[in-house]
Amino acid sequence: MTRENDGSGDVRGDVRRAVPEEPTYVHGGAPGAGPRTTQTTPSRVGDRRGGRRRREGGERAMVPREKPSSYYGRPVIKPPVWTWEIPTYFFTGGLGGASATFALAAQLTGNRELARRSWLIALGGISVSPLLLTSDLGRPMRFLNMLRVFKVTSPMSVGSWVLTIAGAVTAPAAASSVLGRPRRLGRIAQYVAGALGLPVATYTAVLVSNTAVPVWSEARWELPLSFAASAAASAGAAATLATPRELAAPARRLAIGGAVVESVVTEIMERRLGELGEPYREGVAGKLANAAKGLTLVGATLMAVGARRSRPVMAAGAVCLLAGSACERWTVFKAGFASVKDPKYTVGPQRDRVTDRAS
Amino acid sequence: MNGHVVETPTWPGSYGDEAKPRVGFFTDTSVCIGCKACEVACKEWNDVPAEPLGFTGESYDNSGDLGANRWRHVAFIEQKVPVDGVAEAAPDSWVEEASRQQLVEHGLEPHEDGSGFRWLMSSDVCKHCTEAGCLDVCPTGSLFRTEFGTVVVQEDICNGCGYCVVACPFGVLDQRKDDGRVWKCTLCYDRIGDDMEPACAQACPTDSIQFGPLDELRDRADRRVEELKGRGHDDARLYGHDTDDGVGGFGAFFLLLDEPEVYGLPPDPVVPTRHLRRNWLAAAGAAAALAAGVAASFVGEAR
Repeated sequence: MTRENDGSGDVRGDVRRAVPEEPTYVHGGAPGAGPRTTQTTPSRVGDRRGGRRRREGGERAMVPREKPSSYYGRPVIKPPVWTWEIPTYFFTGGLGGASATFALAAQLTGNRELARRSWLIALGGISVSPLLLTSDLGRPMRFLNMLRVFKVTSPMSVGSWVLTIAGAVTAPAAASSVLGRPRRLGRIAQYVAGALGLPVATYTAVLVSNTAVPVWSEARWELPLSFAASAAASAGAAATLATPRELAAPARRLAIGGAVVESVVTEIMERRLGELGEPYREGVAGKLANAAKGLTLVGATLMAVGARRSRPVMAAGAVCLLAGSACERWTVFKAGFASVKDPKYTVGPQRDRVTDRAS
Repeated sequence: MNGHVVETPTWPGSYGDEAKPRVGFFTDTSVCIGCKACEVACKEWNDVPAEPLGFTGESYDNSGDLGANRWRHVAFIEQKVPVDGVAEAAPDSWVEEASRQQLVEHGLEPHEDGSGFRWLMSSDVCKHCTEAGCLDVCPTGSLFRTEFGTVVVQEDICNGCGYCVVACPFGVLDQRKDDGRVWKCTLCYDRIGDDMEPACAQACPTDSIQFGPLDELRDRADRRVEELKGRGHDDARLYGHDTDDGVGGFGAFFLLLDEPEVYGLPPDPVVPTRHLRRNWLAAAGAAAALAAGVAASFVGEAR
């Protein structure tokens, strides 16, 4: 309706006074009236109830409100301050960790050549990881503050300790495998490094799922297995590239197995998340996800085909798998940012919980 | 629930005799006038760097949200209120309304009683949660629980890892770009130890921001919300008062006149730590699967 219609068009001043300077309203608005918000009302995540209308408590008949609201479309939570080093570390840590476990297994089954090369891959992955993490800190010189405390409630604290110890044992483990010494200490280090490879490759999933970021925390059941499978695929692929074909059969199997599991788990995750999984499918993350899926499937196929016929084909498959594994981590990283940016991913599921509790 | 002390996982237990009463804020938004004196007072006392203000074009609020350089933030919401079931009593946008009526030259008088227009103002702040996600995930021990039950960042220890930034369900903490560390409201730790109230509470001209022992504030809030409801403000509700919520109740809680998300607040915040056990369990399962996968890839390999 317009001002003319209600007959109160008290015209004065200029347009800058279109909003009252000296409001005389009763603060809090009309008593008993359920207000309808005027600001941005993003479409609702997971609104399986269709055009459900809510009613506020009170005696008077209320006008239905649009849901969910937000404060001018602004995010409710803050985006991560993490930069490129973190997803890169997810890849190198996964590669290094899974390679250490794989190298120990090769050692135990007497495949010395495969073990030697896998230990070196593990050492590379686990050595570069702390450098990436330190580089990402706002105050890199204070990296050692990570070792002031040990907190099981902080996956980053647990990870810092695990990575520090893994680094300290992977060096003698690799040296022992390549140089033959230290012998006894090297053997012990290999067992420790092989065991620690498992948490190194998987804890990073807890690092992201233990946050308020919707697509990370809600994916808590699938992310660790996805990361582990992605780590296995990359470790198998790297060992395949580095080892003569006739000795690399276990590496091929690990790579292909990891690729298959990763593809299945990612699919399960996206289906379970439903609408909340949108950030994994749209925008930059969606493109990365498609690249990860394509590279993983093509890589696994090429490796399987090339295993019997051609080393170049197999090597191309291994490169695809490594790239697919890296893309997978970048997908998760970027999807986190996208899910923070639109408040509907934060507010929608929470509002659903409140409504479900009330009904 | 009224009047009892809300204990946190480490307060008062870890302080023994040195524990002080748990203090906090009760921010009664029904009397907030949006003057932003709290934002200014906080910046002045805590020496928080200025940030160049833009023009949001959204409302009178041009500072946006909480962050490393804003530890109090006053939200400013324009609402159209249906009066007696009539939703269209006021235009959606006064700017559009003015141009439609070609009142650019003359302006218009937007307010009149019953026109169905209202403003909501609310001063947001760190919630000093009973179960604080930021504190739980801090890998350096920089974030700690004070003897007053509040949550504070020790800036001489923070290494800017940024984990607390994503662990906070309210988007309170952020990294100061040129500094690298993370900053947030300290509930004026340096003032309350000297029996002074925090700068924002002292500056607030309407007592919208009330500081005191948390149990007293909670009682006062209960009475205030009853009073408002008695006056017909059925939409008045407390936010962060319920100790059964996802963060065990707030140390700094609010009286709101609409749903929390209207103010940019999450309607059902949950501290990530509530899922910690499940998260580690999933990782343990994944680690076991990885071990099994590695072992399986060597099946048939002779030693």
